[in-house]
Amino acid sequence: MTTKPTDAAATPSWMGLKGAMQIVGMLPVLILLAVAFQVMSGKFMNVNNLSIVMQQASINIVLAAGMTFVILTGGIDLSVGSVLATSAMVAVIVSLFPGIGWLGVPAAMITGLVCGLANGVLIAGLRLPPFIVTLGSLTAVRGVARLLGADTTVFNPELPFDVIGNGSFFGIPWLAIIAMSVILVSWFILRRTVLGTWIYAVGGNPEAARLTGIKVPLVLLFVYGMSGCLAGLGGAMSAARLYAANGLQLGQAYELDAIAAVILGGTSFVGGVGSIWGTLIGALIIAVLSNGLILIGVSDIWQYIVKGLVIIAAVALDRYRLKGGART
Amino acid sequence: MTDTVLTMRGISKSFGSVMALRDVGLDVRAGELHAVMGENGAGKSTLMKVLSGAYVADPGGEILFLGVPVLGRNPGIAVIYQELSLAPNLTVAENMFLGREGRAFSTVRRKALEQRARPILDRLGVSFSPSTPVWRLSLGERQMVEIARALTSDARLIVMDEPTTALSTRETDRLFEVIATLKRDGIAIIYISHRMEEVYALADRVSVLRDGQYIGTLDRADLSAAKLVTMMVGRDLGNFYRKAHQHKPQPTEPVLKVSGLTDGRRVRGCDLALFTGEVLGIAGLVGSGRTELARLIFGADTSVGGEMFLAGKPFNPTSPRDAIAAGVAYLTEDRAGLGLFLDMSIGENVNVGVIEKDARRGGVLNLARAAERAALAMSGLGIRAPTPRVNVGSLSGGNQQKVLLARLLETDPKVIILDEPTRGVDVGAKAEIYKLIDMLVGRGMGIIMISSELPEIIGVADRILVMREGKIAGELLPREGEPIRQEDIMALSTGTVTPQEENA
Repeated sequence: MTTKPTDAAATPSWMGLKGAMQIVGMLPVLILLAVAFQVMSGKFMNVNNLSIVMQQASINIVLAAGMTFVILTGGIDLSVGSVLATSAMVAVIVSLFPGIGWLGVPAAMITGLVCGLANGVLIAGLRLPPFIVTLGSLTAVRGVARLLGADTTVFNPELPFDVIGNGSFFGIPWLAIIAMSVILVSWFILRRTVLGTWIYAVGGNPEAARLTGIKVPLVLLFVYGMSGCLAGLGGAMSAARLYAANGLQLGQAYELDAIAAVILGGTSFVGGVGSIWGTLIGALIIAVLSNGLILIGVSDIWQYIVKGLVIIAAVALDRYRLKGGART
Repeated sequence: MTDTVLTMRGISKSFGSVMALRDVGLDVRAGELHAVMGENGAGKSTLMKVLSGAYVADPGGEILFLGVPVLGRNPGIAVIYQELSLAPNLTVAENMFLGREGRAFSTVRRKALEQRARPILDRLGVSFSPSTPVWRLSLGERQMVEIARALTSDARLIVMDEPTTALSTRETDRLFEVIATLKRDGIAIIYISHRMEEVYALADRVSVLRDGQYIGTLDRADLSAAKLVTMMVGRDLGNFYRKAHQHKPQPTEPVLKVSGLTDGRRVRGCDLALFTGEVLGIAGLVGSGRTELARLIFGADTSVGGEMFLAGKPFNPTSPRDAIAAGVAYLTEDRAGLGLFLDMSIGENVNVGVIEKDARRGGVLNLARAAERAALAMSGLGIRAPTPRVNVGSLSGGNQQKVLLARLLETDPKVIILDEPTRGVDVGAKAEIYKLIDMLVGRGMGIIMISSELPEIIGVADRILVMREGKIAGELLPREGEPIRQEDIMALSTGTVTPQEENA
């Protein structure tokens, strides 16, 4: 009666196409890159190297998962690199206490959570723009990280939780297991909880969300807290890998890789559209690029240039494919 | 001075299948103020956009300006829009010559601009200088800058679209003086207004549009409220929807009682009482404060005065969340902008208000319950889509509106406020929405319906409140066997004396 028969016929097929593209996303690009590096180097596709790729990707996956929550609400968190450095410092410092050294991991996560909630309070409570708030905390929290170790590197060769960074479980590195667990938990929160639906709703239409009775400030507080907490976990992971932390150098520009992974994964920068699986694939693309370019002997300088261009090209391709379908 | 400045003939404009203008003609003489009147959506603004070149009319019509056909933008025609279009960070002079400063990379010669601006501002008799930044000016002063801008281009015809809505009485008087000066200089003015007293005070001739068609023109000598109102609303009610429910007046206390509700700006002390099982219509022109009143009741904006009672208990929502929890639902007039999540599915949109209540321990979604609700809503409201997983953004206007209605109904409200529930909805879906309203009041809900379509509100509402300038201007009840008259609503909306009162 209201829908013309042609509409009814056209809608499902179009939906199906768009749906399929949303699910598959950048996976073809990832596979293409892997095949290309295998052909060029001959040593990309073996268990040992893939394990290294996963290990290298893991910290960025964890940061990018947190970033996905934030970007889905239409925000941004530029402070994750600095939060990671501060949390890593806390993790190593706490690990030096005899007997309770394991507490370094929860201590790092709590540190990150506190930093994230501070961002969230400023953004949700005082309604300041996320870009400005987290740009400020990018600088301020970096200062805190340097302060914690009196601007030196802190070591703990006997790190009690070093298994996280260097051990493996039935041949799978613990770093990779943690990263995959974070992805699964994030998926569950986003797709199977009330809070997750609220996150998509706030990102899709903040004013409609308020008029529907959604607690918008609570949602914002949660996503920035989540991003901070995961950056804290990332700090513990990187401390465990290095047996050390340095407030000045650790985590520099990590926020950019995390944002790149989220955007490569097809999450809309204005919020409301995106998936955690896309973020996983985006983070893997970045890791595969870094690893593959080293394998085929590209110099450090050219790696930067190629990585940057591939990110732009991949997203351009994605926009072009979804033209007319996606609102970005 | 009776030489014609502008002649528009056979102007039509369609948007898709909707005809916004149908064969409209208008002629304007030098030195006259030609008022254009009509209901909301009669096509006044569309006609002006065609004139200014913002829209291209459908082929077939012609526009002659000073005897020459107009194509696109013409420097001799200046339009002052309802929404002021000044850049607040720039100075008065910069705004007056905006877009005409010279080439993009030449330096802006501020002194020269100010010198050119000064005589024009003097002519308007304003108190601010050309170097004043616009953000320091009041709304009325900004309106003067808009007019000054129109004069910089040596316009022979100035279009003013509701210029007094934002002005104080003093500023309005000042504007009227300026208009008199402009007329003396032989500049023609097209003046769009809903305010009858302004039209009486200023107009040399009045043309009326209705439903995109030209109805007629009255000379100043023939001007009367009764004639104008009849021309604006003279539509046949014959085959329009009639409510199926019968509201019997009950002696019970109202389900919602509002007294003296004020937001300090757009709503100035409104009283109303809504009873269970009735549809209370709120009519009024765009900008009369209807939506603002609804948003105050719903807690979406904060009130500065007045009190409300819901089922006898004090009701002071500070957020929509409070209002929903208390049993009040609000259907926004801006479905896509303020209502729906277009990138989310039908199911998610229907359930988003109740997932919290349905959730299992720890906030885990109850997907089975959500699927059940979505399926029931789709069949109950006749939402036409292959599955509840379809994104709402791909649905037609009517189906989108039903999704939004379904979401409200899931929250189990006692009072529903429907703001333009059939805007942008096709005829079939409209009839379904009317039936739904009948059914809901039959179940004992109280419904407030805001509508700009007079036949609709007359057909559906049990009684009608008319708003004007933030206040309830009057209440209309149907008489025995006779519907409320459109003319009475229009007379209350525009502030004219009703024909009956004249006779009485």
